[in-house]
Amino acid sequence: MEQLASLAPYVLILPLCMFLILGLFGKKMCPKVSGLLGTTVFGVVSVICYYIALKYFFSGEYQIGETYQQVTLFNMEWLRMNEDLVISIGFLLDPLSAIMLIVISTVSLMVHIYSMGYMHGEGGFQRFYAILSLFSFAMLGLVVATNIFQMYIFWELVGVSSFLLISFYYFKHSAVRAAKKAFIVTRFADMFFLIGILILSYYTRTFDFDKLTFITDGHVDAIVNSDLRTMTFLGFPVISIAMFLIFLGGAGKSAMFPLHIWLPDAMEGPTPASALIHAATMVVAGVYLVARLFPIYTFEAPHVLEIISYIGAFTSIFAAIIACAQTDIKRVLAFSTISQIAYMMVALGVSGYGGVNGLGYTASMWHLFTHAMFKALLFMAAGAIIHAVHSNEMDAMGNLRKKLPITHITFLIACLAIAGIPPFSGFFSKDEILVAAFETNKWVFAVEYFVAGLTAFYMFRLYYRIFWFGEPEEGYEHEPHEAPLNMTFPLMFLAAVTVITGISWAFGKVSFTELISSDFTSYEIHTHWNIALPSIGAGVIGILIATFLYLEKTGRPNKAVSYIKKPYLWAYNKFYIDEIYLFVTNNIIFQRICQPIAWFDRHIIDGFMNLLSWVTNKTSQETKEIQSGYVQQYAWVFIMGVITIVLLSINL
Amino acid sequence: MNIPVESYFILSTLLFFIGVYGFVARKNLISILMSVELILNAANINFVVANRFLFPEYLEGHIYSLFVIAIAAAETAVAISIIINVYRQKKNIDAKSINELKY
Amino acid sequence: MNILSLFVIIPLVMMAVIFCVNGEKKSLIRTIMSIGGFALLCTSTYLTIQFLELRQIDTTSEFLFTESAMWYERFNIHYSVGVDGISVAMLLLSSIVVITGVFVSYAMEEKVKEYFLWFLMLSIGVYGFFISLDLFTMFLFYEVALIPMYLLIGLWGSGKKEYSAMKLTLMLMGGSAFLMVGIFGIYYNSIPEGGEGTFNIQEIAANVQALKANGGDISWEYIFFPLTFVGFGVLGAMFPFHTWSPDGHASAPTAVSMLHAGVLMKLGGYGCFRVAMYLMPDAAQDLAWIFIILTGISVVYGAFSACVQTDLKYINAYSSVSHCGLVLFALLMMNKTAMTGAILQMVSHGLMTALFFALIGMIYGRTHTRDIREMGGLMKIMPILCVCYVIAGLASLGLPGLSGFVAEMTIFVGAFEHTDFFHRTFVILGCSSIVITAVYILRVVGKILMGPVQDKHHETLTDAVWYEKVAAFGLIAAIAAIGMAPLWLSNMIGGGIENIAKLFTYGL
Repeated sequence: MEQLASLAPYVLILPLCMFLILGLFGKKMCPKVSGLLGTTVFGVVSVICYYIALKYFFSGEYQIGETYQQVTLFNMEWLRMNEDLVISIGFLLDPLSAIMLIVISTVSLMVHIYSMGYMHGEGGFQRFYAILSLFSFAMLGLVVATNIFQMYIFWELVGVSSFLLISFYYFKHSAVRAAKKAFIVTRFADMFFLIGILILSYYTRTFDFDKLTFITDGHVDAIVNSDLRTMTFLGFPVISIAMFLIFLGGAGKSAMFPLHIWLPDAMEGPTPASALIHAATMVVAGVYLVARLFPIYTFEAPHVLEIISYIGAFTSIFAAIIACAQTDIKRVLAFSTISQIAYMMVALGVSGYGGVNGLGYTASMWHLFTHAMFKALLFMAAGAIIHAVHSNEMDAMGNLRKKLPITHITFLIACLAIAGIPPFSGFFSKDEILVAAFETNKWVFAVEYFVAGLTAFYMFRLYYRIFWFGEPEEGYEHEPHEAPLNMTFPLMFLAAVTVITGISWAFGKVSFTELISSDFTSYEIHTHWNIALPSIGAGVIGILIATFLYLEKTGRPNKAVSYIKKPYLWAYNKFYIDEIYLFVTNNIIFQRICQPIAWFDRHIIDGFMNLLSWVTNKTSQETKEIQSGYVQQYAWVFIMGVITIVLLSINL
Repeated sequence: MNIPVESYFILSTLLFFIGVYGFVARKNLISILMSVELILNAANINFVVANRFLFPEYLEGHIYSLFVIAIAAAETAVAISIIINVYRQKKNIDAKSINELKY
Repeated sequence: MNILSLFVIIPLVMMAVIFCVNGEKKSLIRTIMSIGGFALLCTSTYLTIQFLELRQIDTTSEFLFTESAMWYERFNIHYSVGVDGISVAMLLLSSIVVITGVFVSYAMEEKVKEYFLWFLMLSIGVYGFFISLDLFTMFLFYEVALIPMYLLIGLWGSGKKEYSAMKLTLMLMGGSAFLMVGIFGIYYNSIPEGGEGTFNIQEIAANVQALKANGGDISWEYIFFPLTFVGFGVLGAMFPFHTWSPDGHASAPTAVSMLHAGVLMKLGGYGCFRVAMYLMPDAAQDLAWIFIILTGISVVYGAFSACVQTDLKYINAYSSVSHCGLVLFALLMMNKTAMTGAILQMVSHGLMTALFFALIGMIYGRTHTRDIREMGGLMKIMPILCVCYVIAGLASLGLPGLSGFVAEMTIFVGAFEHTDFFHRTFVILGCSSIVITAVYILRVVGKILMGPVQDKHHETLTDAVWYEKVAAFGLIAAIAAIGMAPLWLSNMIGGGIENIAKLFTYGL
């Protein structure tokens, strides 16, 4: 405990220092030095994170019986709002944050290494590493937050580092536009998050997670002791409103429909950044948020949880359909990410609390872990491919399996994992999600089942288009070659993780349910073959269809598309959601709200002030005529005045 | 010959109002100047008459009228020089033509 | 001698010295200004440290470092000074903005001597206002601060400067006419029975409380509170009295915009709080709803207006309307948390708007345009300035780690203490401003800093020179310092707020 407490601050301090050092003095360093420095320091941070997480899970110090205890390693008062509400910066350690520490440090370290190769020779290399450090700092701070406001603080910080990374190529219009879109959409969601926090904290008089999630007899104490249980607003319980608003914040970051529009565009950023932020870590912040507040959701706002599962289910199928029609490989992956995160949301949505009831929760976290690994792998592999062919479009690729052997194998492993083929890690996590959904909500299960097949299809469509299918018609820009070791090493490492976690699960070496569960108490679980087998079947069917269509260059894809022209076009254009948003922002907000307000200000408010001055001016213009300059007129007025006064005084 | 005091005052009042009338009604600056002289002389008459009839043993009234005459002379000198300047600029000495001194 | 008087004496001495210097020796004048500005900064830092120490010992008295000297016996007007946590924060803010303003003015070549003389006059007014405890001297310094604005904008400004200078001065003078009526109203009505009238704020407050306790007539508050509040509100850019701000700021020279938006506008908020609300708490509570509506409107209205402006300074001026609206809005929430947030917002807005105006001035000095449609891709050409601009923008949209976040969050948490529908609606409206702020900030950042270079002539422009760096980095350091370690400041301000917040029972 002491030892971890003394180590914990460095998890936050080191990346922050790196950000400041690289940000302030990066320009003076040679790029290589700054990259090495950033990577080394983050390596140290990773080691600390691993140490903390492993110590937490396996030393037994933090367990009472089968239950993991929540410990606060340090907690520093940052800002005091009033007697009860204090924002602290601290380090909360429980299975949830320990898992996240592992995920973030692994992926981030891999991205640090990978970027040494991928970003080599790019202008702003130091800047890239500075922002990576900032992001790592923010993300680590987010997951170890001891209170919801600390989470909000780091939540905003990850948002801004995401903005900075997307706009990394700031001289490109599209990158700037995408960055703005990402920031504003997530900011819009954050506003709801903030309002949710305000409501929740006002009534419970605390920001702290340990108080907010403390449970006795199936109720959350903090809620029971406040007025929240009985309060309603417009017929809805206030607690549900608050929790729904908080979920909306998470939905923004995790790109749930209809706030998903920023994520595909965010692919304008450099690929390593996409791998880290827009695939593995930041986008799961929403899932993490719901998981963190899960006791409140499940006990006090079960209806919200139900809504979450529906939104998740819809998003997953919606994004999967779009992914089938995209041609930009990073966009396919982006939609796949949306779909998979929605999967995790669904899992949380259908989960109960405690023991086997909480299977969805475990599955969600497990899927978060495996997905982070294989999705980061996919993105980095995509980066290696883009590196080789200098294009994002599928049409510029094809038949690359011989030219990029390592990338090919690792990519295939990741595709098998995401398609849910045993023994790769994705199979097990996805299977548990399906089981959880099956036991709670058959409709959601049906959708997810279908999505599983769809996922296999579009991932293998991607795989075949890149590595098989035949060379592009115009040929490659130049002969593709395998990426250097510092790019392939992360691929191999993550592929190994994907395989090893899957296999160790299959042989029962490590049971995820022992490590993380909704009540932090481990429980027994078995593979449900009655669900697992059909889900494998769905995956295999998807793969087979993809193989049939895309293994070789034939007319089949075009023919298939011609049967479903309309739906294909809709999916290709992402169901025109972007256009709707564009219409709302441009035509309604800018033209119908901002312009009239600005006009009103200039013409009515300012016009009124100008009118006042005009009236004053005009009056004086008119009255000044009295002073005519004619001496005789003055004399006349003077005499008349004297006479009047004399007459008046006689009268008096 | 004994002229009653009222007659003097009637004379001075008449002179005064003729002067006032002239001041506001005449166009020519010289005429206006002459009207001012009339007003001043009306005042002079009042001084002298009042001194003579009320305090015959004192001389202040007479002295005052001398002051007024001196001031009138000075004033005329200044006024005429202004008028000459006006004439040089405007080629006339019409009171209506000088209204620059306004606003 | 009292340390507070130094804040008036140092600028006065500087004025005297500069007055004696030959106007041709520009660098000498700049050096004098820098030394003086630095002395002011040191004094305010020293004061802050002293204040914090003394506060530990003396926790009871409302104001520290008090001193009083009779000034005009007939009306019992004193030169009385004293500070609490709020004024200390304001003095610190003013000193930072003044010294950075001096550095930004280094590029000024025209009539340097006269410029700095008026600049110093302005700062005398500002400092004097914050240290005064006497309503009359306070008003005097207020006027001293306003008048130089006319000359500074009218002579050294740009664009339609005469119009703007006139508009600004007239509107603010109109405000101070209200204010003067309000102040005399307070003075005459607070005279206790058989006692003597006083202008001292603390004594008036005590008298008013006594009057209320004795069941005296306090209906006068309902006349003079709106007058005083509007009077100060004009300077605080309260809707619909804000239109001097866009024109005035757009035309003013850089350092004057900085000082005006950064400090002078804070006089408005400070006055609303120290005079209107502190001295007339009952009327404040009953009439708050009117002003909550007005300030709530200005928060959103300013932000929306900023979204479609094309002149950089106009964007920032409207953003100031929005942010200063939030200050008054939070003050009217009348509880300790929200009011602390309001003062934090004053400090934070002062720093970041000064930074904004400084940077806009520097960019304008190079590109000779402020129209965002004519600029693009400046990040490549002047990276340092542009990074500073991005930081200023992020501070403005409330990024954690920078000062804006601390202030806004304190305000929202505090404002949320009111449970009724009316207040909640306005708080949520206020929250929505953080999104709109993001929209217009990113619009500017995306348009002028990022993207391809718009004007080929811009490619030869140079980056910041040393004095510009000093100014920009100084402000950024202050913003980041408050943003990262806000506790001491918030506690210091909170200590001052407590005395006033306890007068209100509003909404509790």
